[in-house]
Amino acid sequence: MPVSVTNSHVIYDALRAVDVRLVSALPETWLVHLIRMAEDDPEMILVRLAKEEEGVGISAGAHFAGVKSAMLMQNHGFLASVNGIVSFAQLYKMPLLMLISHRGDLGELDPWQTQGGMVTLPVLRALGIPSFPLTDPVTAPRIIRQGQALAESALTPVALLLTRDLMWEEAS
Amino acid sequence: MTDTARMRRADALAAIYPTLAQEDVVVVTIMGAVAVELYNLGHRPGFFYLEHAMGLASSLGLGLALSLPHVPVVVIDGDGSLLMNLGTLSTMARYHPGNLTHVVFDNESLLSVGGFPTATSTGTDLAGIAQAAGVPNVRRADTVESFAAAFDDAFAGNELATIVAKVEAVGPKSFHMDLPMLENRFQFWRYCRELGSRAG
Repeated sequence: MPVSVTNSHVIYDALRAVDVRLVSALPETWLVHLIRMAEDDPEMILVRLAKEEEGVGISAGAHFAGVKSAMLMQNHGFLASVNGIVSFAQLYKMPLLMLISHRGDLGELDPWQTQGGMVTLPVLRALGIPSFPLTDPVTAPRIIRQGQALAESALTPVALLLTRDLMWEEAS
Repeated sequence: MTDTARMRRADALAAIYPTLAQEDVVVVTIMGAVAVELYNLGHRPGFFYLEHAMGLASSLGLGLALSLPHVPVVVIDGDGSLLMNLGTLSTMARYHPGNLTHVVFDNESLLSVGGFPTATSTGTDLAGIAQAAGVPNVRRADTVESFAAAFDDAFAGNELATIVAKVEAVGPKSFHMDLPMLENRFQFWRYCRELGSRAG
C-alpha cells in the first residue's frame, strides 16, 4: 500500500501557498514524500530532528524571525512533544502549525501504532488545541490555509491530522 | 574539597555583556538564575528568557539562526537543560549555522530548584558530547579570562561553536525580574522581525 505521492504534493503545495518557509520533521512512512519535497525545494529550510520536541523551539525561532513554519510528525512525535507544546508554544502564545500523521486510527494494521492512535484526539482536546482532519485532496488545501491563519491570529498551536484516507493510495 | 573557587557565572556574563548588548545581536537564555543575572546586567529588546520548556533554548536558537542567517545569535544554556535535550547537539551540528554561538554554563547542578547535582558532577563531559556530535568549534573554559577569549573568538568566527564553561553553583539573591513573560515575548518578536525585514 503506497503512500500517495499525489496527495503529498497537494499538502506540500498548500504549505508553500501559505508561505511556509521552514519545516521541521522526523520521518515516518506517511511523511516520506513530504520530507523529500521539502528537501528538494531550494526555497524551503528543512530541519531534520532527533526528537520532535526540538521542532517546537525551532518553529518558535522561525516565528520570532517572521518566518512561517510547520512541523511534520507522527502522532507519537506529538505525544513526545507535549511539554514543549505546553511550556513554550502555549505558555508564550506561539503560532505552531503541526501536521500530524494520525497513525493507529481506522484501518491501522500495525498493533504498535494503536494505543497512540486512540489517545491522540483526547490529548489534543485536553490541551485545548484546535484540530482538524485532512481527509481528501479537494478540501485539504483550504483547511491548511485556514489552519495556518488560525494559528497566526489566535497565536496557538493548531493540529492538522493527516488521515489514512488522504495519505494512502487505496483504502485499506 | 581543596578546589579553588570556580568562576562565577555572573562575572562570566558581565565579561561578555558588551557584546551581547550590541545592536543587532539576539540572545536566548534558559530559565532561572542565569536569566536573572543577564537581566540584572541590563535588559535589551534582543534578550529572550525562556522561562520554561527546559532543553528548548538551543532549539529556539537554532530556529532563529537558520531564519536570520545574517544575525548573530547567542544561546545561553545550562548543564541541566542541555542534558534534557542532548539530541539538540546533533541537530545543531547537522545544520551548523555559522551565526550561532552556544554557551553552556555548567555548574554541575540544578541550582534553581535546590542544587541537586547533575550528571556532569559525576563525569559526564558536555564538551566531549558536543564534539562527538559534530559541533565544529568546541571550547572549554574555567576562568573568566579564558571564557571571554573563547566567546569573543567564537562570536567573531563564522562557524557554530559550543563553549562549555565550568562555573560555581551560585545564583542571585532574588529571582525577581520586572518583565512579564509575554511582554518579553512580544518585545523580542518585534525586535527579531525588524532584524529579519532589514535583510529581506
